Amino acid sequence: MASHGIRDRVAIVGMGCTPFGEHWDRSSDDLIVDAFKECLASTPGATVDDIDAYWLGTMGSGVSGLTLSRPLKLDYKPVTRVENYCSTGSEAVRNACYAVASGAYDCVMALGVEKLKDSGFSGLVVPAPAGDGTNPELSAPAVFSLLAPAYCDRFGVDEATMREVMTHIAYKNHVNGAKNGRAQFQKEVAKETITNSPLIAGQLGIFDCSGVSDGAACALIVRAEDAHKYTDSPIYVKALSFVAGPADGPMDPTYDYTTFREVTRCAQDAYGQAGITDPRTEISMAEVHDCFTPTELVLMEDLGFSERGEGWKDVLAGRFDLDGDLPINPDGGLKSFGHPIGATGLRMLLECWLQLRGEAGDRQLENPKLGLTHNLGGRPGGCVSFVSIVGGELG
Amino acid sequence: MPSPRAAIVGYGTYVPRGRLSRSDVAAVLGSGTLKGSRSVASYDEDTTTMGVEAARRALAGTTPEPNLYFATTAPAYTDKTNASAIHAALNLPHEAFAVDLAGSVRGTVGALRAGSASGGLVVLADMRTGLPGSGDERDGGDGAAAFVFGEPSAAVAEIIGEASATSEFLDRWRAPGTSTSALWEERFGAEIYGPMVKDVAARCLVAAGVEQADHVVVSSPHLRTARSAARRLGGTTSVERHPGVGYTGAADPGLLLAAALDEAEPGQTILLVVAADGCDAILLRCTDRAAAARAEEPALRDIPYGTYLTWRGMLEREPPRRPEPDRPAGPPSARSQEWKFGLVGSRCTACSHVHMPAQRVCSNCRTVDEMEPVRLAEQLGTVATFTVDRLAFSLSPPVINIVLDLDGGGRLICQATDADPADVAIGTRMEMTFRRLYTAHGVHNYFWKARVAHSGTEPKDEV
Repeated sequence: MASHGIRDRVAIVGMGCTPFGEHWDRSSDDLIVDAFKECLASTPGATVDDIDAYWLGTMGSGVSGLTLSRPLKLDYKPVTRVENYCSTGSEAVRNACYAVASGAYDCVMALGVEKLKDSGFSGLVVPAPAGDGTNPELSAPAVFSLLAPAYCDRFGVDEATMREVMTHIAYKNHVNGAKNGRAQFQKEVAKETITNSPLIAGQLGIFDCSGVSDGAACALIVRAEDAHKYTDSPIYVKALSFVAGPADGPMDPTYDYTTFREVTRCAQDAYGQAGITDPRTEISMAEVHDCFTPTELVLMEDLGFSERGEGWKDVLAGRFDLDGDLPINPDGGLKSFGHPIGATGLRMLLECWLQLRGEAGDRQLENPKLGLTHNLGGRPGGCVSFVSIVGGELG
Repeated sequence: MPSPRAAIVGYGTYVPRGRLSRSDVAAVLGSGTLKGSRSVASYDEDTTTMGVEAARRALAGTTPEPNLYFATTAPAYTDKTNASAIHAALNLPHEAFAVDLAGSVRGTVGALRAGSASGGLVVLADMRTGLPGSGDERDGGDGAAAFVFGEPSAAVAEIIGEASATSEFLDRWRAPGTSTSALWEERFGAEIYGPMVKDVAARCLVAAGVEQADHVVVSSPHLRTARSAARRLGGTTSVERHPGVGYTGAADPGLLLAAALDEAEPGQTILLVVAADGCDAILLRCTDRAAAARAEEPALRDIPYGTYLTWRGMLEREPPRRPEPDRPAGPPSARSQEWKFGLVGSRCTACSHVHMPAQRVCSNCRTVDEMEPVRLAEQLGTVATFTVDRLAFSLSPPVINIVLDLDGGGRLICQATDADPADVAIGTRMEMTFRRLYTAHGVHNYFWKARVAHSGTEPKDEV
C-alpha cells in the first residue's frame, strides 16, 4: 500500500476564472458559462465536443451534475458533482486528473462555482443534517481564532507581536491582491487599519478574515503526452494529495490548536509524490488557505515552509512577501478574493498557471519552477486537507 | 404521624446570578423611586434548568426512591412532561416515575405531599414574569429548590403535622398561552385569605400537639396576605429571608423551608404556610442530623432592564444576518438522550480514554465497541483555550466559547455562561451547568454549558 501519485502523467492545458466579488447581477449559471467560455477561449485547439467528462465542485450552489450540464447544455456527457468542504474545488481537479490518468478519458474539465451572496446572510452558511442540537455552534472566525492564543502560549509569542504577525499576513495579501484584476478587493490596506479593525472573534478583527464572494473557475485537463496539441505552455501535475482526519481534536486533550495534523500529513504525501525533499527551496510559490490570518501562519509550519515555532519570525522578516524567498498567495489569497467554496481551489491553480506561464503581469515572479496549492476545510482539530504541486516542465 | 412516611433527607436551592434593580425599572418606565432588586433567570435558563441545578445540590450523596415530582407555574412545555427532562439531566434510573404538577403555586404543596408519601425527589422552580410596570415584575423573582424524601432514619426533618383548606375565588389567573397573570383587587384576596390562614395554621399545630412552632415561614402569591399572616404568626416571608431575590412562586415555599432548615436547631419545629387558592400548612421537626452545608453562591450580575425585557420576549430586537438555528430533531435527540441531557460520554475500557460525546471507535487506541458510559456532569474542568465570538447570535452577546478539559479525562468545546469575557482565561476552573441553548420552532434545545467554578476547586494532584 502506498500513495503513488500521478507525477507528470497529466497536464492542464486551459483555464478560466471569473472575477470574484459580489455578483448581484450574475447567477451561478452565469458564472459557470463565463468561466467555461474563458477556458475554451484560452485553448484554441479545444472545443466543447473534445471534452469527454466533467467534475463540478460546489458546496451549496446546486446538487448533481445537472448543475453544470443544464447551463452549458452539455450533450449527454458524464458530470460528477463533488463536495469536500472548503477543498471542494481542488477535489474536482483531483478526481478529474485521476480520470485522465486512468485512461478512461482523453480530455476532461474540472469546474468550481459558488454563489454565496444570494443568501442574505453574513459569512458562510453550511447546511447540516438534522441533529440533537449539541454540536458546538462556533462561527468560522471563532473556531479559527483559537489558533492565535494557543500559538502564543506554546511558542512564547506575546500578544502584541502576534498582532503584528497577523497584520503582516493580511497586509501582504492585500498588497498582492491590489495587483490582480480578478480579486474582490483590489486595494492595499494600511497596517494601522488592519490592526485596529473591529473585533469579530477572539483577537481576529474584520481584516483578519477572508471576504465573502461569488465566483467560478475551471481547468481543462489532458494526458501529458497530448498537452502540446492544445497549448505551447501546459503545466504538469506533480502531486495531488488529499487527507481527511479523525476529527478528534475537539475531544482530545493532547490537541493544542497550534497545528493542523491533516495538513502535515497531506504535505508529506504530496512532497513524496513530487520527489521534493526541501520544500523551502524547491517550491517557487504557494497558494495557501488563508481563511483567517492565524491559519496562514500555522500553515507555514505545517507545509514545511518554516521550522515549527519559527513561522512568525519568517512572516515578519518578509520571507513570504511577493519579493521574498517563497512568495505565499501572490494573487492575493482568500483575503483579497473572498472564498466562493467550489471555485477557490481552481482559483489557486489559476495563479500557478499564470505564474508558470509568465502571464502574471505585475505579480510575475522570476522564473518559477514549481507552484503549490493548498486548501483546508473544516476546523482546527478536524479538517480535510488538499495539496497539489504543479510545474511548467516535465521531469 | 405514622413513622413509615418519608422524611426530608436532603435539600438544595438555586437562585440565578442575575439581579434586576428596581430603580433601573423605575427609571426606564418613569414610575418614581423603587428600592431593591429581584432575581433573574438568564436567557439560557428556564424552570426546568433551574430545577436541575437545585436538584443536583439536593441529591449530593443520596439515592432517593425513583419518583420525581416537579412543580412550577411557568412550565417550559405544556402537553409534554418537563419532569422527564429533569430526570434525564440528573441521569436518574429508567424505572423512575416523573410527573409535573404545573399551573399554580399550590402544585408545590402537592409535590411535597407526594414526595413525603412515596419518597423521591421534589423539584420546585419558577419564573415570575409580569407586564412592564406590574407588581409581579417588581416583586417577583426566579429560583428553584429541591427536596429529597427518604428513610426516616436518615431524616434531616420529619413532617409531623398537616392541614388544608380550599376555596374557589378569583384572585389571580393566567390564560393558557399568555406569559403574564392578571390580578383582582388586592383587598378582596386579603379578605378571603386572612381567616383561612389563621384557621389552617391553628389546625395544623393542634393536630400535631404543638403549641407554637419555633420557626414560621409564610409564602403566598398574594403578598399582602403573606406579610400580614407572617406578622400574626410570628414568622417571616421571602421579603425578609431573601432580600434582593423576590417572591419566587412555586419555588418560594421551598426557598423559605430550606432557609429555615439551615437555621433550625435539632428538635426544633418549622411551620410552613402556603396560601394559594386555599391554604396549606406543614409542620416539620428537625432531627439532630446536621443540615447540608449551603453551597457558596457566586458573585451576582446586574442585568439591565432592556436586557431583561429582551430575554423575556417583551422587547423584540433586530436579528443578526444569520440563519435561524434548526430545531433539535426528535429521533437524534432521543438517541443521544444520555449525552444531551445527562452529559454521559464513554470511556474506552482498553485504554481509559474518555470521549465526549460517546464514540464507538476509540480516538486514542482505535479499539472498536469496548466502551463504558461515564457521567461527566459533576466533573470540574480547566479552560485549555477560549475565544469570544462576536458573530454568533446570542441573547447575551458576545458568546464565550471554551475548550474545556475535565478532571479525570474528557474534552468538550462548549459555551461559558453567566460570565463576561474578562472572567475567562486559559486555566480558569469551570463547572458544568444544564442550560437551554436556544428555542427553535417551539423546541427547547437543552444541553450543558460551563460556568466559572467557586474558589477552592483547584484540581487535585494526581497520585
